[in-house]
Amino acid sequence: MRGATRAKWAVGTVAVALVVTACGGGGGGGGDGKGVLSSSWGDPQNPLEPANTNEVQGGKVLSMIFRGLKRYDPKTGEAKDAIAQKIETDDQRHYTVTIKKGWKFSNGEPVTARSFVDAWNYGAHIDNNQKNAYFFGYIEGYEKVHPESGKAGAKTLSGLKVKNDTTFTVALNQKFSTWPQTLGYPAFAPLPQAFFKDHDGWLKKPVGNGPYRIESYDKGSAMKLRKWSRYKGPDKARNGGVDLRVYTDNNTAYTDLQAGNLDLTDDIPAAQLKNAKADLGDRYINQPAGIIQTLTFPMHDRRWGGEKMAKVRQGLSMAINRKQITRQIFQNTRTPATDWTSPVLKADGGYKAGLCGKACEYRPAAARKLIEEGGGLPGGRVTVTYNADTGSHKDWVDALCNSVNKVLKDDKACVGNPVGTFADYRNQITAKKMKGPFRAGWQMDYPLIQNFLQPMYYTGASSNDGKYSNKQFDKLVDEANAEPDRQAAVKKFQDAQKVLAKDMPVIPLWYQNGSGGYTDRLSDVRLNQFSVPVYEQIKVGS
Amino acid sequence: MGRYVARRLLQMIPVFIGTTLLIFLMVYSLPGDPIAALFGDKAADPATVARLRHEYGLDQPLLVQYWNYLTGLLQGDFGQSFTGRPVADLMADAFPVTIRLALFAFGIEVVLGIALGMLTGLKRGKFIDQLVLVLTLVVISIPVFVLGFLAQFFLGFKWGVITPTVQDSMNLGQLAVPAVVLGALSLAYVTRLTRTTVAENLRADYMRTALAKGLPTRRRIGVHLMRNSLIPVITFLGTDLGMLMGGAIVTEGIFNVQGVGNTLYRAIQTSEGPTVVGIVTVLVLVYLVASLVVDLLYAVLDPRIRYA
Repeated sequence: MRGATRAKWAVGTVAVALVVTACGGGGGGGGDGKGVLSSSWGDPQNPLEPANTNEVQGGKVLSMIFRGLKRYDPKTGEAKDAIAQKIETDDQRHYTVTIKKGWKFSNGEPVTARSFVDAWNYGAHIDNNQKNAYFFGYIEGYEKVHPESGKAGAKTLSGLKVKNDTTFTVALNQKFSTWPQTLGYPAFAPLPQAFFKDHDGWLKKPVGNGPYRIESYDKGSAMKLRKWSRYKGPDKARNGGVDLRVYTDNNTAYTDLQAGNLDLTDDIPAAQLKNAKADLGDRYINQPAGIIQTLTFPMHDRRWGGEKMAKVRQGLSMAINRKQITRQIFQNTRTPATDWTSPVLKADGGYKAGLCGKACEYRPAAARKLIEEGGGLPGGRVTVTYNADTGSHKDWVDALCNSVNKVLKDDKACVGNPVGTFADYRNQITAKKMKGPFRAGWQMDYPLIQNFLQPMYYTGASSNDGKYSNKQFDKLVDEANAEPDRQAAVKKFQDAQKVLAKDMPVIPLWYQNGSGGYTDRLSDVRLNQFSVPVYEQIKVGS
Repeated sequence: MGRYVARRLLQMIPVFIGTTLLIFLMVYSLPGDPIAALFGDKAADPATVARLRHEYGLDQPLLVQYWNYLTGLLQGDFGQSFTGRPVADLMADAFPVTIRLALFAFGIEVVLGIALGMLTGLKRGKFIDQLVLVLTLVVISIPVFVLGFLAQFFLGFKWGVITPTVQDSMNLGQLAVPAVVLGALSLAYVTRLTRTTVAENLRADYMRTALAKGLPTRRRIGVHLMRNSLIPVITFLGTDLGMLMGGAIVTEGIFNVQGVGNTLYRAIQTSEGPTVVGIVTVLVLVYLVASLVVDLLYAVLDPRIRYA
């Protein structure tokens, strides 16, 4: 037993000591724009092609080496013109895109209208296996190049036409008034001809048109990016470069950060969240990201999907003490949700706190009453399914069930149902095997209210995992998309959410924040809406 | 001797096929579709998933997949990881790192372990013996990750002797501390094993005879005693080399060494079959070869053992 005690002692000491030594490193300062910072990284899951990158690690690189037609302001989330000179339309369906002159890729090739059209055709074509191909699904001819089964019937999207070096036209297959605002997503980035001519060579060392260029890339361990001095855009890098270092374990990255051996990490381990504030002080970042966590009901299952069950679904939502869970389990890195979007949209973009109304507040008495009126839980109980391998979901699911059980005064009313692997979990969802509510997380593709609603709740939409369908909701979304005035469109989307509040096919739980920390060498560090650090703005001191 | 080696090498074939088949079946029968999981929380596009599954051969019956894998393997093709990189490439990056780390740790445990074991075996009951016994007990009873974190904390933070993590995975100097941590447990075992056999053999008849013959102490200890005492130690060391290569996951994680352990861990997390099977296959080979070498060393050490 001596060994065990000793081990505990040792772990305890390390934990305490880590806190004590938190303050390290040299003095800060403005920086001369030459300093290079190191940042934690994970090996990207997919080849680093713009239309094939759907997770944050690859996204980091793309955000540094690419600029598209639009760019989301890291502060406000507004889609601002980057390479686009203007994007015009008369009917919300046919767009003419004019790009600025003089932009170049870091290998010297000019950025032309063709760079975009070729890149988009590549991204959409089924033969290229691009995971973000669905982004091009609004463009005419998509079903030809990306059929649901079988071979492609065309090589290029019929909706894309190059007019001249700086102009191309886009025809969509439906009205979509906010479509230009989706163009800040990396999937829409332009690609140089080098990408098509020497694909393997390009993947070894990607070439883009952003403020950084890749100096060296050691797959699986590190990537060195350096400021590209001939970058044309207004958002030039304020530092000399970024070294991305792969960490398999975010605890290790956090340790390195505290020792001053790593400048920036954007992934604070859950177990350290409690200490992070004390360890890092104002160098701890905790700011909203475009991610909402929800509990989705299997609306295809008669026991949960029935009209009468709406009351039960609402009741369950009211039985969840969101405030307590976000505080105690998540250390305030989540915010209780009161609508189906995200605060990063800002009021202008359509975020409206409290749209969900009373149904998203903790009201034990009302919850009991509603569930009773709706005929009680099916079979007297509810199981909440989650995947157990990543994201430490068990903690909050248990807390959530605890909260429900307390409200219903029944210890066995709600239980968690872990599924071993994420792959299996997704499998069960797509196979409609879920017998009760299950966890879901939505990370936005672009900061638009449309992206929080249509892909998930529109009838037959790609990520409508619960198979929810409501004609009124669909109609409001259609109307919003056809609405040329942005504010009027936003209003329609908000009305659509009121339909969700009534039906409650998905319980909004909380908005997720991005968290991170940095050493005092750095200043002006923030995350954008996709919880990716805004590298080009960071200043490195000595 | 030659025939024995040939027979052993031939025996490796069924073992090799059996283990790879087992690992293959285990990895590929995990529930869920790893390709669909690549799409994250978002619904995967069925057409793209189907194409990717076809490209990775995941749409075929399991045994056909295994056959394809095996025939590929015989041609030196380890398949492709989900990031589009050949697995052979991944391993070419990871194995040199881990081999360095493992050999470093192995060197430490062989040299230090046998030296300490001899010393304590000869000085049984003396202070140095007691001291080493207590120290090895401590090492054996502390889990590797605690040892790792302690070393990282004291050497990395407190005294600033090393950087808390390894910056360049190929740099031998930086691998020193992880190697010590990795080898510590086995070092303790080797020390204790050597000590016991040395103490036992000291009382053996041939040692008395050697003494009576008037052989010099150096020859008595260095040749007669050591040679006979090393057999169990070498058995342990042989399997330990394989352990060091495959079991470095914890140590590599703590010190962020980009070796086999970390690569394997990532591959298991994403159910990346080709990578997992490829790495484990190579590890199995390492085990097999190591145990063959051990068996051959027996004959070198003990003249009574002859392989026909």
